[in-house]
Amino acid sequence: MSIRKLLGKNDTAQCHRLHEPDQALHIEDLTVAYEGKPVLWDIDINIPPGVMAAIIGPNGAGKSTLIKAVLGLVRPTAGHICIHGHPPAESLRRIAYVPQRSAVDWDFPTTVLDVVMMGRYAHLGWFRWPGRRERRHAMEALESVGMAELSHRQISQLSGGQQQRVFLARAMVQDADVYFLDEPMAGVDATTEKTVVRLLQELRDAGKTVIVVHHDLQTVRDYFDWLVILNVRVVAQGRVPEVYTGENLRRAYGGRIALIDSGTGEDSSGAVAREASR
Amino acid sequence: MLELLGNFTVQTVVIGAVFLGIASGLLGCFAVLRQQSLMGDTLAHAALPGVCIGFLIAGSRHLGWIMAGALGTAVVAALFVQMVTRHSRIKTDAGLGIALSVSFALGVVLLTYIQGQSNASQGGLDSFLFGQAAATQREDLWFMGGVTLVALVLVMLCWKQFKLVTFDPLFAGSIGLPVVVLESVLTSMIALAVVVGLQMVGVVLMTAMVIAPAVAARQWVKQLHHMVILAVVFGIISGVIGVLISASVRHLATGPVVVLVISAIVAVSILLSPGRGVLWSWIHRQRERRTIGQRQMLTTMYKLAAHHDDPYYPVERSMLDSFYGVRTDAILKRLHNQGHVAPASHMPTEGIHWTLTDTGYSEAVRILQSIGAEPSP
Repeated sequence: MSIRKLLGKNDTAQCHRLHEPDQALHIEDLTVAYEGKPVLWDIDINIPPGVMAAIIGPNGAGKSTLIKAVLGLVRPTAGHICIHGHPPAESLRRIAYVPQRSAVDWDFPTTVLDVVMMGRYAHLGWFRWPGRRERRHAMEALESVGMAELSHRQISQLSGGQQQRVFLARAMVQDADVYFLDEPMAGVDATTEKTVVRLLQELRDAGKTVIVVHHDLQTVRDYFDWLVILNVRVVAQGRVPEVYTGENLRRAYGGRIALIDSGTGEDSSGAVAREASR
Repeated sequence: MLELLGNFTVQTVVIGAVFLGIASGLLGCFAVLRQQSLMGDTLAHAALPGVCIGFLIAGSRHLGWIMAGALGTAVVAALFVQMVTRHSRIKTDAGLGIALSVSFALGVVLLTYIQGQSNASQGGLDSFLFGQAAATQREDLWFMGGVTLVALVLVMLCWKQFKLVTFDPLFAGSIGLPVVVLESVLTSMIALAVVVGLQMVGVVLMTAMVIAPAVAARQWVKQLHHMVILAVVFGIISGVIGVLISASVRHLATGPVVVLVISAIVAVSILLSPGRGVLWSWIHRQRERRTIGQRQMLTTMYKLAAHHDDPYYPVERSMLDSFYGVRTDAILKRLHNQGHVAPASHMPTEGIHWTLTDTGYSEAVRILQSIGAEPSP
């Protein structure tokens, strides 16, 4: 931790004392800019504990950047972030993260079990190597994603869906309170999507908070109970039934949506969703 | 060739080659996996001005000073490239190219400047361009061994962290690892391998020693630690064999021979390694094509049999030839060896006939069921 502080990562001075401890994720005035151009602008977000939340928005809305800012992977220009009332840098063990699958080189020489055990590294300390306990944890997680029999397979031999399950298993062994997933359902088979959703819902039912960058508008109502609609700024946030409306989606996706359905009131959001999802 | 090992000078060079093999194999793995192979080239060239600066400071060809100078300028070049690509729109390849040519130009300028001075001990500084293994002194081994040891200890202490940062830097950052520091260390460590190889291989060819053992090792393994161990073994083997070859032939430069040996190991690995090798995948493809051909043949004969209401319907081969547009005797012979078809008696005026055997018949049914062309029983 001290090295991280030395680097000045995520030192959000506002969070020295407990700040909004009732929220799993509390973000205030967050602004992130790449080369002077704001990717996220003046973001205020509150996500209560124990929900499964989707972050949706058009391409370039800053969804991934938002997650990266929370995890300290990009440095915010302004604003602050709290996880259960603490700055993220102080609660790293309470956070689990699943990057986009494409973020890593799957030809790396390692096995499925090995990747999953990486989820225990944060708990191990700098010099201890993973041992039998970590192996057992990892095998349990692989069991729950239905990959136990592939534990010794080289990761270059996995299908896209299997890769995603390995990543999910790695997040599960992190044993966190808040889970961040970046497009876990992108480009995976139907079975994997079902497994992922089921496991995430189980995590939520166990009182964890699950926050997912999601791309498929059609499944938002089926999978999630909390929704943040993002397009550089926060367009809307709250419980899915209140927030998932045609009006809000149109505001986020703008000209990219043409309502074919002239709109019989309640159905208009469904029509919007069909149009907006690629 | 082995009796050369009794020679004092050869012993010294062989020990140096072992250090070179360890350092370059070990550190090359991370460079290759982080797709920083060309960083090795840049850093090796960037070592040249450092060699000259070290010489100017020491006033003689003292390997300790020269290695320190080389390490200094190589690390500066490494951090320069990393900074430029991180904080500007310049892409990595352009950054590497700039750093390489600028620092090499600087090195050559310094080198010619030193050679212009009338200093008796200036001799042989240009040997660091292509290496001069025979000039290795016993005391030089202390410096080479020391740097190799530093690299080994660093990798063992930070194994977990290096591995994670190499595989998944985003995740590494999310669990609080100092990713920028670790990446800088990993990149700078390539410079360690470079300085160990200065004396043996020289700056121009050093990049091969960084990349080649790792590339060869990658072909054979499934795990990072196996890759590192194998790369070290390849590095040592090529170093030692290269030294022995060049020691047994007069006036043969050691560095290039070592590079040729490791290149041969790479070629063999790329061709022959199981699972990833070129030959292996070619054989695999051939076998697949054959299997598909045989399966097609079985189903064709099955359908003909069904059409004639005779499971043992004898098909004339020329009929099958014309159906497929190629000669089918090779496929039929293989199926015959597997017991799936058998030759059938035929009229003397006709060509050879084949019929499905019982096992061939059930195999055809199984194939058709597996692709859903026939209802399951």
